[in-house]
Amino acid sequence: AEAAELRARLRAVRHTVLVLSGKGGVGKSTFSALLAHGLAADETKQVALLDIDICGPSIPKIMGLEGEQVHQSGSGWSPVYVEENLGVMSVGFLLSSPDDAVIWRGPKKNGLIKQFLRDVDWGEVDYLIVDTPPGTSDEHLSIVQYLSATHIDGAVIVTTPQEVSLQDVRKEINFCRKVKLPIIGVVENMSGFVCPKCKNESQIFPPTTGGAEKMCQNLSVSLLGKVPLDPQIGKSCDSGQSFLAEAPESPATLSYRNIIQRIQEYCEQHHLQEEKIM
Amino acid sequence: TPAERANLAGVRHIVLVLSGKGGVGKSTLSTELALALRQAGKRVGILDVDLCGPSIPRMLRVQDSAVHQCDSGWVPVFVGQDKAIALMSIGFLLERPDDAVVWRGPKKNALIKQFVTDVAWGELDFLIVDTPPGTSDEHISTVEALRPHQLLGAVLVTTPQ
Repeated sequence: AEAAELRARLRAVRHTVLVLSGKGGVGKSTFSALLAHGLAADETKQVALLDIDICGPSIPKIMGLEGEQVHQSGSGWSPVYVEENLGVMSVGFLLSSPDDAVIWRGPKKNGLIKQFLRDVDWGEVDYLIVDTPPGTSDEHLSIVQYLSATHIDGAVIVTTPQEVSLQDVRKEINFCRKVKLPIIGVVENMSGFVCPKCKNESQIFPPTTGGAEKMCQNLSVSLLGKVPLDPQIGKSCDSGQSFLAEAPESPATLSYRNIIQRIQEYCEQHHLQEEKIM
Repeated sequence: TPAERANLAGVRHIVLVLSGKGGVGKSTLSTELALALRQAGKRVGILDVDLCGPSIPRMLRVQDSAVHQCDSGWVPVFVGQDKAIALMSIGFLLERPDDAVVWRGPKKNALIKQFVTDVAWGELDFLIVDTPPGTSDEHISTVEALRPHQLLGAVLVTTPQ
């Protein structure tokens, strides 16, 4: 009966993309937010961003929605809308103060994630983006389990070039394979820094073992792209603005846009194949 | 239990390295702190309770080490230039380093409790405990297991943003 409830709620979702890492602090939330903004630039598309990082929900701040509250209506919880076609839900909206720690064990976290999926009234959605916390634990198992009521197009895995990140990301790739979650591809963040003054490129996180490129080759997954460091990215996140809109000329923006397009193409192609089968 | 107390009885100070946020440098700091304390002549141990993303073994170049048990429990891996820093990490228990530890909370809690009380640390001046990001099972269980012992306090790591 529960599965049927979830299926009903998620029936109107066309594409679902999970943003994962395994490693913390590599830019999952940043990427999820920009993916959502990028997809919502097409006003004909309805985009939903779900933040299931219960201990460290970054999405409200990154989307400029800190302090917003969630409203309940007859049809369920209402997401908080950034644009008419971009709705957001996060545990951050349920906290009375942004500094409140959510110190919950696994089962309680799972309960909230299920509630998000079951009770949020997303309406008709073209893209549901799910931002996850680092790790391979309760939240990840639960989201894959609950979303099996609909279908997940795939996962985008975010990393930085250093081996300390890659070693956690390889585990995440193995997690995806274990739970049969398709991998759309890997994004390498913080991939080099170009000095705005002297234009020299520095490797702030040197890819001592070949970076994401080598890892993707070895594990036969797609490298969606590399995004360079740009101090404006962190600033935009802190101020809740879309980096893509604030710095349209940045090489990082160009990288993000290419990656977003590749993800879109993957989802659309996937849909076409499914329709063919049906 | 007496056995549980014994393994931490010889540890003078326990320091937790926490953040909440991932990727800010907890493991890096834990490692550097341990190395610096060792250089200052202290007896040091590191406990890596990041079950999903154990970074410390690689940072100390012992990612291929195996661990053994003795009568009092797990024998830590000895690292550092003079092999005098005692390290325990779940990284050592994985058959293959790319294996994901995909466990729910209760299973993680059981292992952490075992890690905390079943490692034969011996006499240490400092035990540095590296944690994963968040405020969840690992953190609750670690603090609960360490509370009866000499828990000095927590160092919190962040970045400026």
